[in-house]
Amino acid sequence: MNRHTLTTAALVALVGGPALAHAAGSDDLQALRDEIAAIRHSYDARIAELEARLKQAEAHADAAGRTAARADDTARQVAARSTTRPAAANAFNPAVSLILSGTYGNFSRDPSSYRIGGFIPGGDEIGPGERGFSLAESELAISANIDPWFYGGLNLALTPENEAEVEQAFVQTTSLPHGLTLKAGRFFSGIGYLNEQHAHTWDFVDAPLAYQAFLGKQFGDDGVQLKWLAPTDLFLEFGAELGRGRNFPGSDRGINGAGAQAVFAHVGGDVGVSHSWRAGLSLLRTTPRDRAYEDVDHGVVNAVSGTSRLWIADFVWKWAPNGDATHTNAKLQGEYFRRKEDGSLVYDVDGAASEGRYASSQSGWYLQGVYQFMPRWRTGLRYDRLNSGSTHYGANAGVLDASGYDPTRLSLMVDWSPSEFSRWRVQVARDKARRDAPDTQLMLQYLMSLGAHGAHRY
Amino acid sequence: MKRTLLAACAALLTLVAPASHAALRAVACEPEWGALLRELGGDRVAVYVATTALQDPHHIQARPSLIASVRRAGLVVCTGAELEVGWLPILLRQAGNPAVQPGQPGYFEAADAVRMLEVPTRLDRADGDVHPGGNPHIQTDPRNIAAVAGALAARLARVDPANAAFYQARAADFARRWQAAITRWEAAAAPLRGLAVVVHHKAFPYLEDWLGLVEVAQLEPKPGVEPSSGHLAEVLQGLKQHPAKLVLRTPYNDARASEWLAQRAGLVAVMLPNTVGGDDRASDLFGLFDDTIDRLLKAVAQ
Repeated sequence: MNRHTLTTAALVALVGGPALAHAAGSDDLQALRDEIAAIRHSYDARIAELEARLKQAEAHADAAGRTAARADDTARQVAARSTTRPAAANAFNPAVSLILSGTYGNFSRDPSSYRIGGFIPGGDEIGPGERGFSLAESELAISANIDPWFYGGLNLALTPENEAEVEQAFVQTTSLPHGLTLKAGRFFSGIGYLNEQHAHTWDFVDAPLAYQAFLGKQFGDDGVQLKWLAPTDLFLEFGAELGRGRNFPGSDRGINGAGAQAVFAHVGGDVGVSHSWRAGLSLLRTTPRDRAYEDVDHGVVNAVSGTSRLWIADFVWKWAPNGDATHTNAKLQGEYFRRKEDGSLVYDVDGAASEGRYASSQSGWYLQGVYQFMPRWRTGLRYDRLNSGSTHYGANAGVLDASGYDPTRLSLMVDWSPSEFSRWRVQVARDKARRDAPDTQLMLQYLMSLGAHGAHRY
Repeated sequence: MKRTLLAACAALLTLVAPASHAALRAVACEPEWGALLRELGGDRVAVYVATTALQDPHHIQARPSLIASVRRAGLVVCTGAELEVGWLPILLRQAGNPAVQPGQPGYFEAADAVRMLEVPTRLDRADGDVHPGGNPHIQTDPRNIAAVAGALAARLARVDPANAAFYQARAADFARRWQAAITRWEAAAAPLRGLAVVVHHKAFPYLEDWLGLVEVAQLEPKPGVEPSSGHLAEVLQGLKQHPAKLVLRTPYNDARASEWLAQRAGLVAVMLPNTVGGDDRASDLFGLFDDTIDRLLKAVAQ
């Protein structure tokens, strides 16, 4: 309203001032006064009207703004609802993730002649892989909670030979009390550290020599597993498994009972905020019957029967400044294997079939360190060493060579991960697994993860 | 022999078991929920915080210590919206604790209590680390903390009914103090309205929404992808058209990218505590926002 009075005063000064100075008679004066009053009146009315219109317009704008905000909110809610609304029958589809992996291998020696000297070959999955380009193991994983009581998962390995292999297919409880978890089906055994991890999470292209020699790369079995986690601040976990024992170092026996038994214990924790660790001790006992292998030296097939006991001691230590592993971090991991086998060996199953006593006591270990020196980039060094120990062939000692050989291998890798879903890797290795025939290996690898965001084990 | 072995085992367990006997054990995935649990639960809740402010909650290892902490928890409080998707499922599956599985009262997701921002209309990993449920960094708006506090107090009362009245009383007291603090913060932050900012990671949409800040660029080319020199040059170029005053980052973001840009574009690089423990002053929820507002005001005054 101040503005209002000011305007009026200004009008009076402009219009009235000069008029007053030149006023002649009282009539003129009165006429002028009337005129000024009329002008004032009309301006007052005009200004009041304009102010009212301005107020109205402001109110409209405000209301429009509020309506817009409301519309925005509604739109957001609708958007939120439409993204959370399940798409009918598909809504309960399990999480699906696909790992694509491929390699290029350049080996100075033919991989088909690969043998770990001093050791009875463990299955057909050992070795550095194929020369040239090949699809390494790609993997399809499907998993979900089944109901409030069970969780289930399936992992199909798609091999370069156009085969699909059931790597894991298991159900697991989520509802047992007192820290108990029961698992049934086909799964990677909880022994060792690396055994339970899928190949795409390994830090090197291939498995440590000890895994290849003692477990035929990785030990998976059909069976049941019971785990118990102690109610303590320290991570303390115990597990036991009963399995079919079909895979190396066991063999399929077609019996009612269990062909493989395993027990393991894990302990772990943090040291300060930057360090964490886990250590474990495991025992795997298998009872192979006619576990056959190709004896390349003689061109025959031999078979082992008896009992195999494998002890594994493992540890892993991880460092990340302030526990933040995204920029730099380091990981040191090692495992020690010791296996005793006792029983009999049939030399040349299809021909001579000469049976003799068989006993071996062998060991091996690896130690590896991986360092992420800047975001996305890591480098790692691994040293493998096996000790062929002592092997006795009894009556077959004349034909089978029991002389010792201690294979070693040194591997160096560098990998680059543009995101947590993709990784490219280069690895070079000097592999002395074959007796007196060192192999220089160069491997390139990609690992891509599509679909559901997988959660990785420690 | 067997008996001595059992006795030895029992002795070992009592040795490693801790002495504290709070009524309820809770695991908080992030420090802000740990602080909120302390506000609401006082000494009736023993809180274990799984991460620190210096760690990126997107990338946490499922460490043995975390599995052990979830094993005995009666309540697990996490942000949700898939922020912890890379590690929490492993903890829950390996802990053998049915009380804290998703769907149980012992599992609480804070994101359920608030209105989510930046809910993507398109889900494609080519867009970087996007979260289907919306941007999960909800803790930078104190109004969200208030909403979560209400829901969490109700949950505490449900999980631990014996102390229900205690939790409700503390929640009412907290709500009163919090509302007063929000009024104070909003008054202090009034000059920040309309302020243009660049962010390292899209970690502050809720703070921007609350204070009326305008985000003009991100240093990460895509969410979760580390800044590259090429993208930083683009941001620098873009700032000529849409100038900004500040470049914001969290304590776990590498400082180099924002300092590089600050130098060249004449911005002020500001590290915001982001969560409780992000710096010395942000020792609790009140300190977190006191410090956040102060740092912003100080940077603008520069």
